[in-house]
Amino acid sequence: MSGPLILSGKRSSFWPVVVLCLGLALVPLVAVLTKQGHWVSLTTQMMILALAALSLDLILGIGGLLSFGHAAFIGLGAYTTGILIQEGKGDLFIALPMSLVVSGLFAFVTGIIALRTRGVVFIMITLAFGQMAFFAAQALYAYGGDDGLTLDGRSTLFGLKLLSNKIVFYYLTFFCLAGCLLLLQRLSRARFGRVLLGSRDNAVRMETLGYDVFRVRLVAYVLSGMMAGLAGFLLANHTEFVSPAYAAWQRSGDLIFMVIIGGVGSLWGAVGGALTYLLLEEGLSGLTEHWKVIFGPLIIAFVLLTHGGIEGVVTRVRDLLDGGRHD
Amino acid sequence: MSLLAIQVLNGLQLGLLMFLVAAGLTLVFGVMDFINLAHGVQYMMGAYLAATFIGWSGHFVIGLGMALIGIMVFGLLLERVMFRHLYTRSHLDQVLATFGLILFLNQGVKMVWGAAPLSVPVPEWFQGSVLLGDGILYPVYRFVIIGSGLLMALVLWLVVEKTRLGMLVRAGASNATMLSALGVDVRKLFMVIFAFGTMLAGFAGAMAAPILSVEPGMGDQVLILAFVVIVIGGIGSIRGAFAGALLVGLIDTLARSYSVDFMRLFVGPAAARGIANGLSSMFIYLLMALVLFLRPDGLFPARGRT
Repeated sequence: MSGPLILSGKRSSFWPVVVLCLGLALVPLVAVLTKQGHWVSLTTQMMILALAALSLDLILGIGGLLSFGHAAFIGLGAYTTGILIQEGKGDLFIALPMSLVVSGLFAFVTGIIALRTRGVVFIMITLAFGQMAFFAAQALYAYGGDDGLTLDGRSTLFGLKLLSNKIVFYYLTFFCLAGCLLLLQRLSRARFGRVLLGSRDNAVRMETLGYDVFRVRLVAYVLSGMMAGLAGFLLANHTEFVSPAYAAWQRSGDLIFMVIIGGVGSLWGAVGGALTYLLLEEGLSGLTEHWKVIFGPLIIAFVLLTHGGIEGVVTRVRDLLDGGRHD
Repeated sequence: MSLLAIQVLNGLQLGLLMFLVAAGLTLVFGVMDFINLAHGVQYMMGAYLAATFIGWSGHFVIGLGMALIGIMVFGLLLERVMFRHLYTRSHLDQVLATFGLILFLNQGVKMVWGAAPLSVPVPEWFQGSVLLGDGILYPVYRFVIIGSGLLMALVLWLVVEKTRLGMLVRAGASNATMLSALGVDVRKLFMVIFAFGTMLAGFAGAMAAPILSVEPGMGDQVLILAFVVIVIGGIGSIRGAFAGALLVGLIDTLARSYSVDFMRLFVGPAAARGIANGLSSMFIYLLMALVLFLRPDGLFPARGRT
């Protein structure tokens, strides 16, 4: 069983995750020691993006389902949290479960419809559902409508303002990301992941083998939506602001870019993708306010120049790096 | 009643503009199996070129003609430089590359023309309004849009159904590989379809320029609506695109207008407009979900597609 993308190889995905997690765990320490406090906030943002990209990687990389409306789940999580905070019910143990429930429910309902379709129609229908969430956010006139909503503060923990501390919030984000990474890693190796992967490569065969492909995909879709909802919860707390832009379709495109540049289906690559995206954004926007004029062609060149599909090149480059690093 | 008549006309006009965009998209998609997210920015480019050339030549028809030629050249250039290399790639590659093109062009027009919306004057000949009985006035130019949309639809139908080229297009939509095996130069056919689709989108943008504000990102919303249209109508089907576009245009316009009135019963006018905007946009997507649930292939699926 050796496909172009084997997700369960112990060597290729376990150690990078461990190294990555250890590295991220040390960031606040290093930042405090070197007095570079803004690193903490920047890395937090990166990890939130990474979590969102990771959740997309579950359905895109392992499931082979190109969802173009993934930002909707982030928006739903963020708005649920934002509204609860504004209504004075922003405690972590209310806002977090509610964010997960709302984004999960939206994923369940839209998934039932979207997963009946294949290929191109799936892309379009997820895009359309994403837009629906975007317009719903715009229609929330009482909560800022088009302009978004500045929150009164962050979620509390049993009434304590613990999360307002940068370091505490960093580790909350860190544990969310690490937990999801490990969860997905286990899942992709378990039967669930195998069936999902098999359905990507040959759905008919999996059906014939007696698996309920639709149900497995729906579970993956809901799980992915909830994870993105978690990212939305964190994002609303991190920025203390919610806006329809969180659910905009360009955001979904950015997420796809992160997943692809990090290597589709490699899970930890989503973290690298988010980092690359942020670095590009920071670097290019330092050059010119019109940084997207450079970023757009970069994407195009990336796609065009990597002949034989992006995945191939990324895998090749990664093999090269793995070989050279002898870990 | 009079409000209804005006809203139906507005809906028809939006529907026909949508049809022009969706027709190109559905052909490119049906024949080449190519997802072109950048179709919306081609609409935007049409509007910008029209604004520029009309301002420059001082004459609507001349400016429109130049814009059409310009957008066609632009489309051929894009095909040559970029899209040609994407036909055989995965949908993922196509989506990502054309997404990059959107980022580039949206920002590019902002650099060249500025972020502020441009306005294009309504041509002199078509200024003024028509009396529709009961003292309702309807602008002549909007009738021109409806008329030219219908004319384009007719031309398109004649070309696709009655000419040899149209036959090849239909054959390509059913099975491009087989068509190529039969000795047809599919690459050339692709190029023609692509240029034609770009021109249709550009034409829609140019015609809409006098009644909309020409601004960066104006194509994004149109693109997504066009996706909804072709999903509702059935991918690769011109007939489906026509029906879907009119349906979407009418429902969007009517829902927008009536939900404003409805929301005004509960909240103030500004809030009502905001909420109604969101609600009516959601209506379209609900319609799409309903159609897909009942008929996953759309209302008028193209014949012979697997």
